[in-house]
Amino acid sequence: MSVPGCAKPAAVPLDVIRERGQREVFCGLTGIVWMHRKIQDAFFLVVGSRTCAHLIQSAAGVMIFAEPRFATAIIDERDLAGMADMNEELDREVKRLLQRRPDIKLLFLVGSCPSEVIKLDLQRAAERLSEQYMPEVRVLNYSGSGIETTFTEGEDTCLEALVPVCPQPPADAAQQLLIVGALPDIVEDQFRRLFDKLGIDNLAFLPPRKSSDLPSIGGNTRYLLAQPFLTATADALNKRGAQRLPAPFPFGAEGTTAWLQAAATAWGVAAETFREVTAAAEQRARSAVARYRFQLADKSIFFFPDSQLEVPLARFLHNELGMQLCEVGSPYLHKVHLAEEFAMLPADVRLSEGQHVENQLDRCIEQAPDLVVCGLGLANPLEARGIRTKWAIELLFTPIHGYDQAGDCAELFARPLIRQDKLAV
Amino acid sequence: MKLTLWTYEGPPHVGAMRIATAMDKLHYVLHAPQGDTYADLLFTMIERLPKRPPVTYTTFQARDLGADTAGLFKTACQEAYDRFQPQAMLVGASCTAELIQDDPGGLADGMDFPVPVIPLELPAYQRKENWGASETFYHLVRKLAGAHAPPPGSERPPREPGQRPRCNLLGATALGFRHRDDVTEITRLLQQLGIDIVVTAPLGATPADIARLGEADFNVVMYPEIADTAATWLQRTFRQPAVKTVPIGINATRQFIREVAELAGVDAEPVLASEASRLPWYSRSVDSTYLTGKRVFVFGDATHAVAAARIAVHEMGFDLCGVGTYSREFARDVRAVAKEFAVEALITDDYLEVEERIAELQPELILGTQMERHIAKRLGIGCAMISAPMHVQDFPARYSPQMGFEGANVIFDSWVHPLVMGLEEHLLGMFREDFEFHDGATASHLASEGGHAVSRPTAVADSDAAAAADTVNATASVAVAEATTPATQTDTAAAAQDMTWDDEAQQELRKIPFFVRGKARRNTEAYAREQGLAEVTLDTLYEAKAHYGNR
Ligand code: SF4
Ligand code: SF4
Repeated sequence: MSVPGCAKPAAVPLDVIRERGQREVFCGLTGIVWMHRKIQDAFFLVVGSRTCAHLIQSAAGVMIFAEPRFATAIIDERDLAGMADMNEELDREVKRLLQRRPDIKLLFLVGSCPSEVIKLDLQRAAERLSEQYMPEVRVLNYSGSGIETTFTEGEDTCLEALVPVCPQPPADAAQQLLIVGALPDIVEDQFRRLFDKLGIDNLAFLPPRKSSDLPSIGGNTRYLLAQPFLTATADALNKRGAQRLPAPFPFGAEGTTAWLQAAATAWGVAAETFREVTAAAEQRARSAVARYRFQLADKSIFFFPDSQLEVPLARFLHNELGMQLCEVGSPYLHKVHLAEEFAMLPADVRLSEGQHVENQLDRCIEQAPDLVVCGLGLANPLEARGIRTKWAIELLFTPIHGYDQAGDCAELFARPLIRQDKLAV
Repeated sequence: MKLTLWTYEGPPHVGAMRIATAMDKLHYVLHAPQGDTYADLLFTMIERLPKRPPVTYTTFQARDLGADTAGLFKTACQEAYDRFQPQAMLVGASCTAELIQDDPGGLADGMDFPVPVIPLELPAYQRKENWGASETFYHLVRKLAGAHAPPPGSERPPREPGQRPRCNLLGATALGFRHRDDVTEITRLLQQLGIDIVVTAPLGATPADIARLGEADFNVVMYPEIADTAATWLQRTFRQPAVKTVPIGINATRQFIREVAELAGVDAEPVLASEASRLPWYSRSVDSTYLTGKRVFVFGDATHAVAAARIAVHEMGFDLCGVGTYSREFARDVRAVAKEFAVEALITDDYLEVEERIAELQPELILGTQMERHIAKRLGIGCAMISAPMHVQDFPARYSPQMGFEGANVIFDSWVHPLVMGLEEHLLGMFREDFEFHDGATASHLASEGGHAVSRPTAVADSDAAAAADTVNATASVAVAEATTPATQTDTAAAAQDMTWDDEAQQELRKIPFFVRGKARRNTEAYAREQGLAEVTLDTLYEAKAHYGNR
């Protein structure tokens, strides 16, 4: 475990395929599907095209019964005629929206490819609208566009936008632990209990459940990333003087322990205390995971690039379940944030970054893995070829972090194989 | 700029994808950013197609913008051609690429592919999915069939003696509402009439098939939203008349048969006489009396909305209380049918407007799309699907066309299903103030079905029934429960004031089915109180029945 503050990148494994071609990955707008549930008083207004509206609605898979806290302001040909007009249009739609939803305290203007290509300045718009609606409603902006972000990076840019409006801690503030990345509430509560027992009680989460609970961020902040896709957020936090605690990600028993250990070390928690607090939970996780070893051990798995969770999950599936890694693709490999993960992977693992979906499909079909992790567009075509799949998007909608979800996480991967065994048609 | 929560149609390039995906040996190269690849899942997940749509996306990124997006497009075209060896290619731009103006058509043209390349210009900021599909089909037909067009002005040579009449079936696409089954049904019908089909397109056709469209004597336009433009061009170019009656419903199917027979010069009577639908008899069957005058609201694409309105009124005996469409291009047809039935037409693609209209009209049944299903669920009204957009469950495993005689059977079943059944209906009439049996409540035979039944408020006095209904979809019904709670509480409060029943009356009460017993009690007591009676007797019970019994 490296010491906080001197994040020395571990050696990146040598075998990385870097490809350019068609990428079969959602854009960052997709993040809205889970983020709008996480921050309960926030509304996400995409400024984009009908395509953007259609994407979110289709990626959500099901329509949400309650009126959703997201919408799209669809740019039309009249808007494209003149920019001044467009800002007025946006102001009008925001006004209508806020009248309709007085419960909203935080409004995100979310940029899309069209808004970025026509250089609609959503930052200026957000500032202007914030001035108008503060203190009732704060207006921020970020990009979820497909030309700037893939899938989970929409969460990254959203959190990045929150960092500058987080308050400054008082000068004498005690060291604070910040957990960064949207987690299901139940997982947050589990982590809170564990940190509490470790004696780390100055604890905060980004994003908070309510926009009024934004954590303070400053030189006293040490942060743990709960998700591997938070590049821009980490940079923004570093700028505020916060320090990242290098750690693998909290998937599986091993990952969770190492992740907690990083904080425990920084807080000087005695090794004994640490074992006392974590041993039972870790053991529980190990036995929950072990239940699926039978299905998963020695089975081969192929990851198409999707959520950026691929590397930590591959590590978990390999180390704790004995799966064989065919290819671990990711839209982006962050050398520093993933350094601890790389160190835990088998040395001969084949990673790939970026995508050329046709070539990758060729490789995948040639290797005939037992299980493929991929996006919704590829899953059924692979199933039709007799290859079992797991949809990557489910990994974002299901609690999989921490000790008490390690078994659930394993089960997600085991289920397609269990189903295969059950079916006799 | 327009605020949109949910959209009925996707962007126009999704329409083009519906054409490309329906066909074989055609490939579509789309200049688009990576997120636009979501459209694949419409086909692979919602329609459950076992193959990827034949679409290559360039997936350009911000860093490419200043550099060479045109080069990216050309590479994508070349790779797609080399890999898939299509008979023809479609090339075009999605909303973002439209803004960067790389001119995919021009670029592909310069690459001299040995197959026809059809450039698509689908203005994403003005138009939508169905228009995109129609435009794509039209350009495809024009380019591929047009190569075999007779000289302008020449007459169609008469059919060779002994040659069976031949037609094309136009308009079925991927991701269409029951298109696959409709094609099967109509193909069968045409075969019965002794008519051969030259080409069915786009569904199942290759570009080479499209090139043969001119061989048919006439065209059947199954879905005007998709095929009208192409059929009009074919009529002009090849002098092929088009059958434009859409055979959804019994009357429309009969009319379709007559129209087709006349164009083909065959006898319609044997097929009409052997009509194989149960709808007419089921509708006349005495138990269907309860369907009479049910107020229905219809919303969908224009073709299906118009058909549904006619079926609802003429073939089911419902009352139409409103009809609308999101297809502005075909608004005229919907306005006409609205006028015919003296209701107001709602032409909009704004989900909130549709919701508002439905809430205002309070129909007993909604015939709509996936969006209306949500509205129906929210408002606690029965709903059946008649049109796209759809969800995965609207691609049923069983054969379920909308067109032809079998289609009419399917329609009868699926529209009646969400309604309360006969006996229940009577009880409802008798005890119509019952909060459990308010107009929006779900039929008891649906209460345990998960998906779309509405759970009822729990604060109920006498209610084995409510308990059963409440197991349904707890989260989804929160809004509904909240909305209905105040009424519930008043009702319960009123019921709490005791009223004595004599033995005979009590026994009679027990004979009333449990799911309306609470209501019967409450109504009878209310009546007794109104009459200043201290005790309920058998007579009071029946007087109450007489009082509430008639609508
Ligand atoms: S509620 Fe019904 S229509 Fe809506 S998403 Fe769920 S299953 Fe589909
Ligand atoms: S990739 Fe761009 S245009 Fe497409 S849905 Fe995402 S933001 Fe909208």
